[in-house]
Amino acid sequence: MLQRLLLATLLTTGIATGITGQASAACAYRNTVALKTLSAGFDAWKAVTAAWAECGNVQSELDQEFRRKQPTAFAANPALYQIGGVANNTIVPLLNAGTIRPLDDLVAKYGQQLTPNQLIRVDGKIMAVAMMVNTQHFMYREDLLKELAIPVPTTWDEVLDASARIKASGKVQYPLGATMKPGFDISQEFINMFLGFGGVPVKADNTPSFNTEAGVKALTMMKAISAYMDPEFLTSESTFVARQFQQSKIAMSNLWASRAGSLESAAESQVVGKVVMAAAPAAMKGGKPATTLWWDGFVIAKNITDAEAEAAFRVAMEGIDEEMVKANNNTAVWLIKGYTPGRSAVGAIASAMAGAPNYPSTSAMGLVSAAAGESVADFMTGKKTAEKTLIDMEANYLLRAKEQGLVK
Amino acid sequence: MKPRTLALFVAPSAVLMLVFIALPLVLVAVQSLYATTLVREQISVETCTPGFLAQTCTTTMRSQVKLDPSGKQMSETVFSGLDAYRLVLRLDQLAGAFAPGGGGYDVVMAIDFWRALRFTLTFTVLTLPLVIGLGLVIALAVNSSLRAVRGPLVFVSLLPFIVTPVIGALAIRWLFVGDGILTAGLRLLLQSDISLFAQGWTIEILMLLYRVWHVAPFAFIIFYAGLQTLDRDAMESAIIDGASRFARLRYVVIPHLMPLVVFVALIHLMDAYRVFEEVVGFTSQAHRISLQWLTFSFLMPDETGNRSITRASASSMLTMIGIVILLIPLVVRVWRDHKPRG
Repeated sequence: MLQRLLLATLLTTGIATGITGQASAACAYRNTVALKTLSAGFDAWKAVTAAWAECGNVQSELDQEFRRKQPTAFAANPALYQIGGVANNTIVPLLNAGTIRPLDDLVAKYGQQLTPNQLIRVDGKIMAVAMMVNTQHFMYREDLLKELAIPVPTTWDEVLDASARIKASGKVQYPLGATMKPGFDISQEFINMFLGFGGVPVKADNTPSFNTEAGVKALTMMKAISAYMDPEFLTSESTFVARQFQQSKIAMSNLWASRAGSLESAAESQVVGKVVMAAAPAAMKGGKPATTLWWDGFVIAKNITDAEAEAAFRVAMEGIDEEMVKANNNTAVWLIKGYTPGRSAVGAIASAMAGAPNYPSTSAMGLVSAAAGESVADFMTGKKTAEKTLIDMEANYLLRAKEQGLVK
Repeated sequence: MKPRTLALFVAPSAVLMLVFIALPLVLVAVQSLYATTLVREQISVETCTPGFLAQTCTTTMRSQVKLDPSGKQMSETVFSGLDAYRLVLRLDQLAGAFAPGGGGYDVVMAIDFWRALRFTLTFTVLTLPLVIGLGLVIALAVNSSLRAVRGPLVFVSLLPFIVTPVIGALAIRWLFVGDGILTAGLRLLLQSDISLFAQGWTIEILMLLYRVWHVAPFAFIIFYAGLQTLDRDAMESAIIDGASRFARLRYVVIPHLMPLVVFVALIHLMDAYRVFEEVVGFTSQAHRISLQWLTFSFLMPDETGNRSITRASASSMLTMIGIVILLIPLVVRVWRDHKPRG
């Protein structure tokens, strides 16, 4: 018995060293500068940070609430992290505070692998390097829709019809899932719908205009679709919705493309190969998909030494190379060379082709999201009417905008 | 003790309290009176973001925060008086609500501060008697159990108090959430759909029960310690006089424990009024928020990295004033008990 145990231990340690030995070979060089990174925690970041770790001396923190830590952590001197994972919205506080550095020199020196498409330029300077596109798009159980002979919905009204039929069939517990947790999650559902109904959230002078027909329609539609969701929808965020898919509890959702990968993992998903992506439904017939396009990428902190920045950039480049993409092709819609768009990219590309707008990287948009995130739940719980909700949302926005000096 | 010796004894802790409690409090109070805004300029910026085939570049007018030469955000601070308090309390809307045709209670409950106050007060007032009652029952039960099993019993009874509050709240949430084990079990038993997290009042009850479960051991251990000093003679004479179990509890045990009850009540009021972990653990913010959560939400950087420090300070001052008002009756009682007679 003891011998067998010993043998097993030897074997596992042997395998383990084998793996690490192999893994460190995946990085072209040995990094000697201690680096720390902070990013979101979805699958693409798991893949990229794992590739970074192979270079050695890289400690990565993956946290879905990273947006709360990042501004302060990067404002510290020296900054607490050298590399930060960001997206359209989370780069705004860093840009505002001037805590990230222009990357033009480093891109010229080490960034030969990058396509021009990956370089995020603000005011002519490269401030971030994008690695993937993300968007909330329509994901549905192809097998169920086929079985019930329901055509793939292209508008939210059709989604309602499809939901009613799926509910009647009793095939899944709830037809729909959505990220409606107060804060960022519910704000995106509202913004998607609001833009979809042709709303323009902020006027040229940075004052809000939510209290419009588009606002009322957006809220009304959100209430209508919520009737087909788990009644606890006000606590659900992306991970929760992805799990509902995995456990075959829902049939459809307008969910982040970055979550598609987790549905294909046999270890945690019961619906491998059954969920198909399509363009986000339009809010109005013939309208653009009610969603926005996002990018995810990385930035380098300003308050670190140039040597650290250089090491950080080199490591970051190693992590987003062809090799990583080939190994994780279906984890995300990569912008990196070597990516072959597969079935998981169809929905994102369809949304983009149908004219879904980019999510604006502006302070004003950040405040729209913050105000919506705090206000929409009151409508969903029935505490306020749609008009009252929108009036309060505008007040919430204005208060923040004044505190920020955006509005006099 | 000589006054001088006493002063020397107290000095270190007095200094620490001044530096770490009084000073920050004064700073928060001052902060709540000043508003800081960032200085911005309108500039035209070309921003490029990835598309599928090529980049899309747009030139937009952007209000950029001005940076000073050292790279810090420029801001200006002005005295704003009680503006922040007005913004948090929303007295204008409050007055409007009680005007004829104003909508009354529902309108008040639509204002974050009053909604938070309503929940915080309910939470504090309802958990207090339950915690004291349950703590006392456990203490009496353990005290009358066999001596041999008392040690393990005390340990087991203390366990809920040892669990980190957020972790405990999460554990309870996972038990009762839509597809949690307990909910699934209840669903099988009752043959009907149960969603405890779909409406406010069920979440509120769960939060109350969780807090009682979590804090009762604290009351228990204090009362249990008190029971060990119970005067045996008084108890024996009560038994000889033919006092029933209940009469002994009512006239001997409880009067003996009364100072401890006041102590537990004081601590619990202070703790419960600052309820926060339950909101995080149960993700209840769509339905129920507490005063502490309100301060926290002001303080968290929003999507632009900005914190509403002024409003956060005002709301934490208001929270503190609330605690002081709540504690006054108990503090007066303690004061009276300890006042030198004559």
